[in-house]
Amino acid sequence: MRFYEALGLEPALMLDAQDLQRRFYERSRQWHPDRFARASAAEQQKALEVTAVLNDAFRTLRDPVTRAGYFLGEHQIVSSKHPPAELLEEVFEMNMALDELRSGDESARANLVEARDRFVILRNEIDHGLSALFTQYDKSLHGNPDESLLLAIRGVLDRRQYVANLIRDVEKELNVHVSN
Amino acid sequence: MSTFQIDFGGPQSKIVGIDLGTTNSLVAVMEPTGPRILSGIVPSVVSVTPDGQVIAGADARAMLITHPERSVYSVKRLMGRGTDDIQDELKLFPFHLADASDSVLRLQLGDKVMTPPEVSAHILRKLKHDAEAELGTPITQAVITVPAYFNDAQRQATKDAGRIAGLEVLRLVNEPTAAALAYGLDKRKEGVVAVYDFGGGTFDISILRLHDGIFEVLATNGDTHLGGDDIDNLLLRIAFEDIQSEWGEDISTKADAVQLLRRAVIDAKEKLSFVPSAAIGFDFGGKHYQREITVDVFNRLIEPIVERTLAPCRACIADAGVKVEDIHEVVMVGGSTRIPLVRSAVEKLFRSRPHTELNPDEVVALGAAVQAGVLSGDVQDQLLLDVTPLSLGIETMGGLVSKLIHRNSTIPASATEQFTTAVDGQRNVLIHVVQGERELVKDCRSLARFDLKDLPPMPAGLARIEVRFLIDANGILSVTARDVRTGAEQSIDVKPSYGLSDEQVEAMILESFEKAEADFQERQVREARVEADSMLAAMEKARHDATYQELTNEERTAIDASIQELLTVYNGSDHLAIREKLDQLNGATLRLAENMMNTAVRGALKGTKI
Repeated sequence: MRFYEALGLEPALMLDAQDLQRRFYERSRQWHPDRFARASAAEQQKALEVTAVLNDAFRTLRDPVTRAGYFLGEHQIVSSKHPPAELLEEVFEMNMALDELRSGDESARANLVEARDRFVILRNEIDHGLSALFTQYDKSLHGNPDESLLLAIRGVLDRRQYVANLIRDVEKELNVHVSN
Repeated sequence: MSTFQIDFGGPQSKIVGIDLGTTNSLVAVMEPTGPRILSGIVPSVVSVTPDGQVIAGADARAMLITHPERSVYSVKRLMGRGTDDIQDELKLFPFHLADASDSVLRLQLGDKVMTPPEVSAHILRKLKHDAEAELGTPITQAVITVPAYFNDAQRQATKDAGRIAGLEVLRLVNEPTAAALAYGLDKRKEGVVAVYDFGGGTFDISILRLHDGIFEVLATNGDTHLGGDDIDNLLLRIAFEDIQSEWGEDISTKADAVQLLRRAVIDAKEKLSFVPSAAIGFDFGGKHYQREITVDVFNRLIEPIVERTLAPCRACIADAGVKVEDIHEVVMVGGSTRIPLVRSAVEKLFRSRPHTELNPDEVVALGAAVQAGVLSGDVQDQLLLDVTPLSLGIETMGGLVSKLIHRNSTIPASATEQFTTAVDGQRNVLIHVVQGERELVKDCRSLARFDLKDLPPMPAGLARIEVRFLIDANGILSVTARDVRTGAEQSIDVKPSYGLSDEQVEAMILESFEKAEADFQERQVREARVEADSMLAAMEKARHDATYQELTNEERTAIDASIQELLTVYNGSDHLAIREKLDQLNGATLRLAENMMNTAVRGALKGTKI
């Protein structure tokens, strides 16, 4: 996995943030195009290529969610397009409240704030569950990697993405229709 | 005349740092003691004199009032833009557009037609010459600063301007990032700083994390059309209205009056940063207009403009993933940050007193010089990690944007995308690349259309072309494509949506070289004539000297013959011929000069005690 390679790491779902940052700075000092401004065209091109991948790698790996997405992608495990069934009722109610707010009904605001807060709590719970799964999978890397865990992680990630989108949508509407 | 060349450095010539500003430009260089501004501020104004010479800087600014139709200022606002998207600028600025046969924006200056990069190139050339005169060495490489929020086309246009001016642009650096470098902030080893850069025409806010010499930009935001110019225009409109009602005359259509009033308005604005009240005074056509403006009134007027800078600040803080209390220092850059209301608004938002130790007009150029030092290897311990200010995306079905590289990604950055065909036998695929944060293509800025062409004919969906989008350390995009099945490089045709094609830039460089060549010739002829003038004048004086009478007849004839020969080539355009005849005259007058020198020495020694 070239993003892990770019930072000199073995592929794993849990990474130490400080160590990652240190590796990134170290390699930036060595490879940044600024260091090759008066080098040959070939060396400049190489510095550009290496740094681009290094930056892409750091950006992807420093966030646990995008990191897991990359990891799963490299294992050819793609996300499902189905919204989580257990959330459907709540989402339906929230969409109604969103429509009310959009049509100028300020009484919907309190409901939406409440819904947003519930989803934020849910997202935090999901994140907790995710890091437990990450640790569990990383342990299995020492013996036989547990592929079934990756499928479970995919499911949790999809659910998280769905919730994150809901939060984003509500916040957008709450900000657009700021009450006077 | 010979000059002594003393080479302090190695074999490499200096890289200069250039702040190519909306209102003023500056050039600086890195020295062992730190960055230093060379010569002085160069107003970013270009004029064409009535005899067809292009001038830049202070002389051009003087022409702005006498010949407004032959002059242009704030051309930075037009960099990287097309004729169809500058209508807002045309309402406020007296840009004279030339008739266009294509989408490329061209300005009419007297009888000359120039694109914005060519206008900027004249400013850069002036800076280059100033720097060369002061350093005594040729300058061929530069770091040029751009607003952090400049898009790809605006950056490309700036780079083009450098090339046209005969400068290899080694790096485009974002202005707020350069300012952070200038502040050294090396005093602070760790921490988060914000740079608030409110200049003549642009506003930028950047938040950086400092770590042991690394300046990592976390997020940037801004508005490329918000600056001191907007405050000037606000005051101008008020003065126009006053004058309309007092004189019953609309002077806003008279270019010379507008420029004169604009200066008066700027004077008043600048004074209001230091005194509680200032007057806009204006004399035109035998009439006088005067209006007193207090700081209170001024503040009320400009508050909406200052307010417009705060939303990007808040967004930037959020994007950087920091809290206001995490920001240890705020650095102020740009002339507009001298305004007390701006300072207090920034202090209120960031809850800390902003840094104003360095001259806000010079700090960006100084930072550019530091970055030039980084590139030359003179500065080893500092490194900039900058970001792309705008997301990069491609057009997908239904006019939607699919984002490939998100804004605030550290550059260089890249993304890879696979494309295929939709119809049997399809021979090419068109990729429309846009920059911006909105969901719809029509709300983003079109960068270019890339045509993947000459695909081998095959059933729909079978072709697999991998396209790589790469944003380099200057924030400029390049695109390469590869046929996944064969591994062969896929050819691409690039059509930039705005700005100049590579061929157009090449043509301009060629033309400017030819012009530079002609200019150089002209200068050498002039210099030779100046020398001939002083030689001939000295000769006429010498005829009355006693030593002249001591010459033999042959010697005097030889001198007169040499003078005649010099006069025959004097008005020609061949400086070498003039020099040759000058040398000949020098030879003929050698004994005369020696005798005169000896007499002078004897005279000087007379009465001197030995």
